[in-house]
Amino acid sequence: MCATCGCSQPTGPHHHHHGHHHDHDHGPHHLHPDPSGSRVVNLAQSLLAQNDRFAEQNRGILKAHHILAANLMSSPGSGKTALLERTLADLMPELRIAVIVGDLATENDAARLRKTGAPAHQIMTGTACHLDAHAVQHAFDHLDLPSLHILFIENVGNLVCPASFDLGERLKVVVMSVTEGEDKPLKYPSMFQRADIVLINKIDLAHAAGYHEPTALANLKSAAPQAQIIPCSAKTGQGMDQWYNALRTHLPPRNP
Amino acid sequence: MHEFGVAEGLLKAVLHAAETHGATRVVTVRLRIGHLAGIVPESLTFAFEALAQDTLAHGATLHIQSIPVTCHCPHCRLDFPCSPGFYQCPTCNQSSSDLRTGRELDIIDMEIT
Repeated sequence: MCATCGCSQPTGPHHHHHGHHHDHDHGPHHLHPDPSGSRVVNLAQSLLAQNDRFAEQNRGILKAHHILAANLMSSPGSGKTALLERTLADLMPELRIAVIVGDLATENDAARLRKTGAPAHQIMTGTACHLDAHAVQHAFDHLDLPSLHILFIENVGNLVCPASFDLGERLKVVVMSVTEGEDKPLKYPSMFQRADIVLINKIDLAHAAGYHEPTALANLKSAAPQAQIIPCSAKTGQGMDQWYNALRTHLPPRNP
Repeated sequence: MHEFGVAEGLLKAVLHAAETHGATRVVTVRLRIGHLAGIVPESLTFAFEALAQDTLAHGATLHIQSIPVTCHCPHCRLDFPCSPGFYQCPTCNQSSSDLRTGRELDIIDMEIT
């Protein structure tokens, strides 16, 4: 059992370096007496404070190992796993990469990704619709972090909830595909507003899907003005070099 | 979609503070939720009420302050209100990625007896 948070998972070598809470009982709360007998207690805390603490720890662990972590988020079926299969096959001769995969059930995606030769750890979230920073920290225990250049985190297929949970990653990569409709960025603004990179996958199907690129790009410019937009196809390889170059740009410098 | 999990975290924080302060009952809890926080206030309230049964927070009312989205335009050096998905500065028409409000998901305080 994890001693710090009481969860049922084992504690690993680099887990919870600073996992204890710093808000002591007498800390942020202050009493304001009220003549009616009721009192107001100030709490002033984020509801995601616990997740954010784990995310901050993850960021430190990843930084210490000079690892570029990218959190891939999309709706189910946009091709995240296929994109990763191709990315691993193309980049593994050059870089050491591992993957953490989140799904409600099955080990299928991790099994698919392991066929590329990359270590892949599956997190089965049960009913949870997103990965959180705590689950990701436990997954670190299954990976040889000091050997890695890149860690991909394939989030649960869902364009809503994963947007709220910082995992400690360097890049938030949102994948949309041409079959999903050009207005995805406007329908899921919370997700797209935080994207560093948007991959428009299945671009080889653009014609068959009736995809109208100017509309999609205008919507992305509106909902994700900060994001780098890369149309690509994991199947044909179109645009993939641009994605790889984007990753290389964000690789942290390593001492020889 | 994850309002139940967020409500669990909320209840835990509320009960922890209630016990610390020797409360017999939690009357109200004030929250601040941004329009881009990805939380539906009605769902959060529903989940909280269900989870709070048989606790000190049973029957507590959630007062949710809804926080609109504002961005900062680096060119005009102005904060401006915007809708989720549309962050265009009304003065120079450039889109801003410098979000100033709208992602809040905070507990402000609570009233106890």
